Amino acid sequence: MNTLPNAASSIRRTLADARPGHDQWLHGAARSVRLDDVLRGTCLGGRINELAGRSVVIDTRDQFAAALALIELDGTARRLIVCPPDLAAEHRRAVVDKAGVDAVVSDRPDSDDEWQLPRLVVCNSSVTPSSATPAERCQTEWVLLTSGTTGAPKLVGHTFDTLTAPMRNGPEPQHSVVWGTFYDIRRYGGLQILLRAVLRHASFVVSGVHESTAGYLVRLGRQLATHISGTPSHWRRALMSVEARAIAPRYVRLSGEIADQGILNALRACYPDARVGHAFASTEAGLGFEVDDGLEGFPAAFVGNTGDVQIGVEGGSLRIRSARTAVRLVGDAPSCLADEGGFVDTGDVVELRGDRYYFLGRRSGIINVGGLKVYPEEVESAINRHPAVRMSMVRPARSSMVGSLVAADVVLDQTPDVSADAAAFKREILQICIDTLAPHKVPATIRFVPTLEFAAAGKLARHA
Amino acid sequence: MSVKSAVIDEIRRLAAENRTPTPDLTDDLVLLDSGLDSLAIAILVVRLEEAFGLDPFAEPTDLAYPVTLGDFIRFYEHAAERRIVDTTHAG
Repeated sequence: MNTLPNAASSIRRTLADARPGHDQWLHGAARSVRLDDVLRGTCLGGRINELAGRSVVIDTRDQFAAALALIELDGTARRLIVCPPDLAAEHRRAVVDKAGVDAVVSDRPDSDDEWQLPRLVVCNSSVTPSSATPAERCQTEWVLLTSGTTGAPKLVGHTFDTLTAPMRNGPEPQHSVVWGTFYDIRRYGGLQILLRAVLRHASFVVSGVHESTAGYLVRLGRQLATHISGTPSHWRRALMSVEARAIAPRYVRLSGEIADQGILNALRACYPDARVGHAFASTEAGLGFEVDDGLEGFPAAFVGNTGDVQIGVEGGSLRIRSARTAVRLVGDAPSCLADEGGFVDTGDVVELRGDRYYFLGRRSGIINVGGLKVYPEEVESAINRHPAVRMSMVRPARSSMVGSLVAADVVLDQTPDVSADAAAFKREILQICIDTLAPHKVPATIRFVPTLEFAAAGKLARHA
Repeated sequence: MSVKSAVIDEIRRLAAENRTPTPDLTDDLVLLDSGLDSLAIAILVVRLEEAFGLDPFAEPTDLAYPVTLGDFIRFYEHAAERRIVDTTHAG
């Protein structure tokens, strides 16, 4: 077993400490760079020292440029805010205020105007040699964005250590490893994999801007990717592609959504030589655990274990305490992330059947459609605009393709006289939703019901 | 209604709702090239479950994941036949 980097480390130091002979590459859609060259060069035009000690938002069109900038800036910037590709323009101000942002790094030359920040450093998808030595080393705070209850993003603060704690044990692989992920590296699921690759001396294949699943699969195949991660929805899409057989992974990893037995079996059938495992992780709680026995859910024996990660179930909800949980919510009250015992409530509801726990859905009623969050209230308010609707309740419908879909139970003012009226109402309600909501929020099914069930405290009883 | 015609009707309805042109629905049409994105395919699967009471994607199966429309229809036909066999055995 090799020694992995110590605490208070950074990507650059990790790469610099790597034994010679590790030929690590970052493969983008347009070009590949050797990580050694990233270490000695710059994607920031040699302007890194302008960003020393600053709170920097990384907002790029291309994830490849983001990866290069993150590697270069970790350990030099005081704080790195990793901007996901779909951050709505109206939330930029809140991010700047909460994280005290004073500079933006982007591959778009007009980003300083968009962010209303005085300092812009343009980053490129290529690395040029540089004589600039990065200034003072510090422990950079990594800030990831996740959507909050009002739709405004929550800023989740991590360190290199909390992000990489899950990878610090276990033997180094005997064969060379090439990682790929269907996730965007600017989200927790993807960033985890990028850091995992860096730390374990592996190469990494980054997906391109608007690259199709088919195109990425072909490129993963060409780079001989051995370890590939994605959500169950990503994998279902991959399996439905003609190019599914372009890859021959040794390890297939699922996370981010409930992995059901159907997708686990389908992956094992398509990639018989691969180990198929699913992991439970969230931006706030970090990586909780990995399940490698090929079965959905997780063994009940995981609960109450006293290892690095402690897993609890309280009131049906899954709770995690570990060194991997995020340090804090940036710009919010410090108490909202973990309870007094240090446990983070994941908000995921689990049920014990026999000797295994199975995931049922989210406690808050948030519906996860292929990784995108839907707040039921928003959809209900669209449906309730139809004049014939008295009330509605939106709930998740279990989908074997994307985890969950939106389903609506609707109470009409009057029972329609004929089924033709009901069909017309359905079409009209659907049309209102299509016209006013993002596609993943539009109900997949609408059902007319005589009444709705209320739980305690007068809340609608939303069941999966 | 046959499985095939139910699938084709539902695809046409989805395409109309999404205001995407209805593709030429031949057996060798690659589903992901049909103008239906993965969300639309997920909705299709849920609606077919409402119609038939079965979702072959949720069941462990020996069949490979469907790539073309023809594969997709066979996937459902196979699940429907298997259910009949199961029911017969149970009875």
